[in-house]
Amino acid sequence: MSQIETFYDVMRRQGITRRSFMKYCSLTAAALGLGPSFVPKIAHAMETKPRTPVIWINGLECTCCSESFIRGAHPLAKDVVLSMISLDYSHVLMAAAGEAAEAALEEAIEKYKGNYILAVEGNPPLNEDGMFCINAGKPFVEQLRHVAKDAKAIISWGACASYGCVQAAKPNPTQATPVHKVIKDKPIIKVPGCPPIAEVMTGVITYMLTFDRLPELDRQGRPAMFYGQRIHDKCYRRPHFDAGQFVEHWDDENARKGYCLYKVGCKGPTTYNACSTVRWNEGTSFPIQSGHGCIGCSEDGFWDQGSFYNRVTDLTQFGVEANADQVGMAAAGVVGGGIALHAAVSALKSAQKKSQDHVSENEEA
Amino acid sequence: MSLSTEADTVLTNDATDQDIATITRRTSVYVYEAPVRLWHWINALAIIVLIVTGYLIGSPPPSMQIAEATHQFVFGYIRFAHFAAGMIMTVGFFGRIYWAFVGNHHSKQMFLLPFWKATWWTEVWHEIKWYAFLENTPKKYVGHNPLAQIAMFFFMTIGMTFMIVTGFALYAEGIGQGSWQDAIFGPLRDWIGNSQVLHQIHHLGMWFILIFMMIHIYAAIREDIMSRQSMVSTMISGTRTFKDDKVD
Repeated sequence: MSQIETFYDVMRRQGITRRSFMKYCSLTAAALGLGPSFVPKIAHAMETKPRTPVIWINGLECTCCSESFIRGAHPLAKDVVLSMISLDYSHVLMAAAGEAAEAALEEAIEKYKGNYILAVEGNPPLNEDGMFCINAGKPFVEQLRHVAKDAKAIISWGACASYGCVQAAKPNPTQATPVHKVIKDKPIIKVPGCPPIAEVMTGVITYMLTFDRLPELDRQGRPAMFYGQRIHDKCYRRPHFDAGQFVEHWDDENARKGYCLYKVGCKGPTTYNACSTVRWNEGTSFPIQSGHGCIGCSEDGFWDQGSFYNRVTDLTQFGVEANADQVGMAAAGVVGGGIALHAAVSALKSAQKKSQDHVSENEEA
Repeated sequence: MSLSTEADTVLTNDATDQDIATITRRTSVYVYEAPVRLWHWINALAIIVLIVTGYLIGSPPPSMQIAEATHQFVFGYIRFAHFAAGMIMTVGFFGRIYWAFVGNHHSKQMFLLPFWKATWWTEVWHEIKWYAFLENTPKKYVGHNPLAQIAMFFFMTIGMTFMIVTGFALYAEGIGQGSWQDAIFGPLRDWIGNSQVLHQIHHLGMWFILIFMMIHIYAAIREDIMSRQSMVSTMISGTRTFKDDKVD
């Protein structure tokens, strides 16, 4: 392990000054929600620790996680991010291909047995013995099990690995299954999102390098520092929500004024992610800031929540698309009609009874 | 006493010997004690507020431009009213459960269905026939009739518990992680998976309660007119009066 360069060595080799390096440590501490006292600790870890070996494998996915990851702005530029970890296998980013690449994978597993972090992008489809996703001539699920066996921990990148995402949307023909339902004996960190925010991805890795442990996870297994609050809780349009000022149509005056997108289906109130604080592309913007509602991409089963543009989810159980209000209204209508009918029959019956009683009284008299 | 044992078989099981003795002498029985009545009306009011504000939370009213967003809190107040009414309903429900332990015999009716009693089932059947116009004379009941008891149990005891639990799980999202609300109800949200689903089932629960309200009010008025005992005024005075002095 001693031959592996430390992070600091790599950074210096890449021409990064010590000043920039310390800046990076401060920014990382801030991004992770740590106090200034942690800056020297991060710097020390970076200077002394060998880079953590990472094996990055891809199952059923669209590579948006990798695309996002290489755009990480803090920690620094992409080349540094790639140098921070010892990325021993990633068929998207590595130069080698074919036999050579697969040989590198086996070599990495052997060399770092029990010490490497396994980053999984995408998920394994289990139907038809996993034949819907083939890596190097074998079903992906076999590769996943093989590499996971000797991993220290697993990072589930994105909504695919964490929850299943679009390929697991109903009716899920390939039976795409999130990683934690296949690998059950390893610590797993879910970093959901489609894709996750670049700084969240690099932040999670930096935390694990610095402290040599997993970040604090919430009940669903997501890093609490990034997924502890809803988009809605930190949304800059929240005052318009509380005021009751909403975008009613995409092209109306309220949309131009930047009112709340709740009525046009924004999923901010049900989505746990850091978009409204960390934002995207070096903090430039995020969906709501650009005028479109959140689609809830970091939530479990977000493709199965009906239209992205409805506040109240459509129910497909009834064959046609109807939301809870339409179903409830129909049920209330039926019950109301039933009550009216029942009341009418009741009135007729009691009128009939009265006249009968009247007749029998007359007969008795 | 021979009268009461005989009456036990014909009159609802809900009636005690004491009740039967009273009926034969007087035509009114004290059924709903003050805390039960108070709970009923507070609960009814809270549910109305919850339904109206809950519907508006799902489908907000048209945007208003009264002042700068900072000074305008329209939707905030709608949500506040919903949460406040929800809290009142929850506290009331706990109070009502407490009263089931210390209150009279009738106060326990909505929490327990005596499904192990054969006579209760014959009364259920009788009530079904009465509502289906197959029975000409209604039975006398001191407390709830068995069909009403079933409705109370499923719509109120189960339905309200469902709404309180899912409601608090949603409320915990706003209070945030680390709060006691999140510690207790958060796991439910995680078990369901997506909070959007939790919103959905809570919303459907609203319609479930609304449908109960319609049936409840209709049945109470209808029984008040057509049955042999008082209904609506009983929930105001607590006293059930009977229109005749026959025991059955």
